[in-house]
Amino acid sequence: MNRLVIFLIAAIAIALPLSLLAGRVWVDPASTPNAAAILMELRLPRGLLALVVGAGLGAAGAAMQGYLRNPLADPGLFGIAPGAALGAVLSLWLGLGTALLLPAFALAGAAGAMALLALIAGRTGGIALFTLAGMMLASLAGALSSLIISFAPNAFAMSEIVTWLMGALTDRSWNDVSLAAPLTALGIACLAMAGRGLDALTLGEAAARSLGVEPARLQFWLIAGVGLTVGAGVAVAGIIGFVGLIVPHLVRPLTDRRPSSLLGPSALAGALLVLLADCLCRILPLVTELRLGIALSLLGAPFFLALLLKMRRELA
Amino acid sequence: MLEARTLSLGERLRGVCAQLNAGAITAICGPNGAGKSTLLASLAGLLGAQGGSVMLDGTPLHALAVRHRAQAIGYLPQDGQVAWDMAVRPLVALGRLPHGDAAGAQGAAAVERALAALDLAGLAQRPVSTLSGGERARALLARVLAGEPRWILADEPLAALDLGHQLALLATLRSAAKAGAGVVLVLHDLALAMNHADRVLVLDGGEVVADGAPEAALSPAMVERVWGVSARWLGEPGARALVAS
Repeated sequence: MNRLVIFLIAAIAIALPLSLLAGRVWVDPASTPNAAAILMELRLPRGLLALVVGAGLGAAGAAMQGYLRNPLADPGLFGIAPGAALGAVLSLWLGLGTALLLPAFALAGAAGAMALLALIAGRTGGIALFTLAGMMLASLAGALSSLIISFAPNAFAMSEIVTWLMGALTDRSWNDVSLAAPLTALGIACLAMAGRGLDALTLGEAAARSLGVEPARLQFWLIAGVGLTVGAGVAVAGIIGFVGLIVPHLVRPLTDRRPSSLLGPSALAGALLVLLADCLCRILPLVTELRLGIALSLLGAPFFLALLLKMRRELA
Repeated sequence: MLEARTLSLGERLRGVCAQLNAGAITAICGPNGAGKSTLLASLAGLLGAQGGSVMLDGTPLHALAVRHRAQAIGYLPQDGQVAWDMAVRPLVALGRLPHGDAAGAQGAAAVERALAALDLAGLAQRPVSTLSGGERARALLARVLAGEPRWILADEPLAALDLGHQLALLATLRSAAKAGAGVVLVLHDLALAMNHADRVLVLDGGEVVADGAPEAALSPAMVERVWGVSARWLGEPGARALVAS
């Protein structure tokens, strides 16, 4: 294990217990009434869920950027996140947005998007076709979500859907953790299986195939990995942007820049980022809690602009 | 032996037959669009032929496990892409992917040998973006050599290199051939093919129109027929120059 991984694990080990104390009500385990219940039933599952969702998004982003050989790629590109969101929106519209049914609908949406992607991309394994198919799926799922929202029976239902789409970890339970954690772990394992293929793709598609990469097999691991991590993340937390885009950027200069050596650190850094951002949402003295998806975009966009300006100077 | 048996692929290759021998440098020459890169990629097993087959030591390439094919045949594409700004050593180590031992002692030793063969030991830590064109071409060829393939197939490896770097790269390929590897190069510079190849395959319109020793395959008559240029060779064997006449 390299120093970066050890550092990130240590940072998470320090941040997680501290994050449990932070919130609208700062918990002092010694004096706060019901401290044990608040910590164990509310804040610990929420903190763990932040780690799980962030790890999935970070790893999926790193894999996507490696696959598309483009530092601007994001896990949302393949239409899996919009597909999962479509499922969740449908469940809310049908009035089935319960703690169990909503994630199930979202996972079904992610699975549908994965299946369509695999079907369209076929066995040729071409990257351009695959990416275009994913972008069309994302577009279609987004349009269908908007359509459903516009058919919402009343303003309350519409606001419920829109708020859910903004992404949050408020009031999540151990059920959500036990749903998302195994799926995300499995997804990250699939992405790790794609690691060598992603490394070879650094040299272009032809060189990668000459190094023994089978494009269709690589796509399989990628669809499965991104589908499981992003699908599980959307199912329990809604759409959370920017993590998959920013985290690989931040981490890449600290690695040897091989896509495979970026996967683990990106997962850890994504976990840490979402944990900290969620803490920030809880601490900020606003009337209603800031939605996590909004907070990350608010943090992420200026950061990303700064990064682009720096790149522009380097390119100039 | 690497052998193309009546290889056909649309208009690009029409019944190409060629038996390539290990231990020698074979140049594939021809005008633009003659099918040189297509033939090289087919020989590397990267293009599915519509007719015919490529045989490696008597076994059809498509029947070979992908991993074994990748271990046997190293392929250097023309575009020379490196998507991420990695350092030279991890770049060269990508050549060990078919062996899966980049982290092991055997793989690391092969990577060091490839770095040394292309005089890159001093540049091993440098990011690719800081390399000159010649250094980058050496690093990419070192990636192929690191896999220690029995066949080295390179598409225009000398393009965009100055004379000194061309000769240095050719010397490296020559020593690989002496060590028993088969070297197949797509070359557009006919003088380089004439002076450095053991054998030249001339393609035109997807067909082999000449195959033999450089002096015969690249005779002035052939150059006129295929390239449409009336030219003659000056100088001594091994140090020929082509001038239009």
